[in-house]
Amino acid sequence: MSKVFLIISAVLLIVLSGCASQPKASLYQQLGSEQGIERIVDAFIKRIAKDKTILPYFAKSSVSHFRAGFITHMCDISGGPCEYTGDSMVDIHTGMNINEADFNRVVELLVLAMEDAGVSYREQNLLLAKLAPMRGEVIKR
Amino acid sequence: MKITVASTLLLACLSVSFASQARGKLLGTPGVSQVEGSAGGGLVPWAQLAGYATEDEWAISGFCTKADVDDFSLNVCGAQANFFDRLELSYAEQDFKVNPLNTELSQSITGAKIRFYGDLVYSQWPQLTFGVQYKKLDTPAVANALGAADTSGYDYYLSASKLHLGAAFGYNLLWNATARSTSANEMGLLGFGSANHDRSVQLELSSAVLLNQHLAVGVEYRQKPDNLGLQESNWRDVFVAWFPNKHVSVTAAYIDLGAIAALPKQTGWYLSVTGYF
Repeated sequence: MSKVFLIISAVLLIVLSGCASQPKASLYQQLGSEQGIERIVDAFIKRIAKDKTILPYFAKSSVSHFRAGFITHMCDISGGPCEYTGDSMVDIHTGMNINEADFNRVVELLVLAMEDAGVSYREQNLLLAKLAPMRGEVIKR
Repeated sequence: MKITVASTLLLACLSVSFASQARGKLLGTPGVSQVEGSAGGGLVPWAQLAGYATEDEWAISGFCTKADVDDFSLNVCGAQANFFDRLELSYAEQDFKVNPLNTELSQSITGAKIRFYGDLVYSQWPQLTFGVQYKKLDTPAVANALGAADTSGYDYYLSASKLHLGAAFGYNLLWNATARSTSANEMGLLGFGSANHDRSVQLELSSAVLLNQHLAVGVEYRQKPDNLGLQESNWRDVFVAWFPNKHVSVTAAYIDLGAIAALPKQTGWYLSVTGYF
């Protein structure tokens, strides 16, 4: 039994030590650079269009404006050669009054979109980790 | 008998379609059900509240757990309610078979847990909750014979929990730490306190890695007091939890409970199912 715990602990330690080592390629490159991010955003738009809960939030949005803005934003936060200079997250989401459940629904749609675009589970998590801190600027506004 | 009542309740829950429809949390983030009925890992209550309810939803969940070690087996069934991801109320009934004595001990546990800070996934600091478990032993004879001071008692605990997205080589990493003030002997199945020992603070730790959206593997450690002088051991387990969807979770574990009532090397298997409504 002790051996089992030793092995599991060792595995966890090795896995954890991965936090310290920097990945060689940037997340932007891992996601497939510009084309990869375009694939994700296009899949995301398709997922949103099919979702009865989330689609109404986009009723007054221009799809092409959203597409261009989100592609640049994702490129920026994933370490790509872009700088997002569009409207702030707060400005975009003010008046939408998005609750926690609908925010999570959008996260789920983005995960589905990343799967559609062939993004691996680990890269999905790394991108979500970049987006998650912005929740406070998005919900209940 | 009591287990039968709880099982019937659970089956009723399973067969009736509740209107709560709480689906707000991300898959797997409520954790599973621990042996005393609170949301948690298998042995340790976690800072998460049971079920998929978020700020404007409520949720009900029910579970049954079976744990078998060399000389003992534990059957637990219970239910939890989550109100607005702020308050969790729980109730569980434990039946504990003592094979060498061919006897059965049982207790009921009523729990409440309140979230006072944070969100497991999104807040900068860990989610924090305060919880209480009131335990009442229905079979006091063995506890009294072993020198327990009481046959009912309160546990109080503080829990902190955090999910780190992509933190482990791109995999999501979850940890929970719980500090519990308790006088319970073997969770309360052998009563509470003794002539010389009363309340003490015990530390409980869990960690898990999510291998994909549906599968988590982890370890738990639960420190326990030895009020009765029966070499009561700290508990530990390694577990696999499966979340096929937001309606059900299944957890299997290998558990090492050490010595129970001076019988050493109690290891074995643990299986738990939680249904969410």
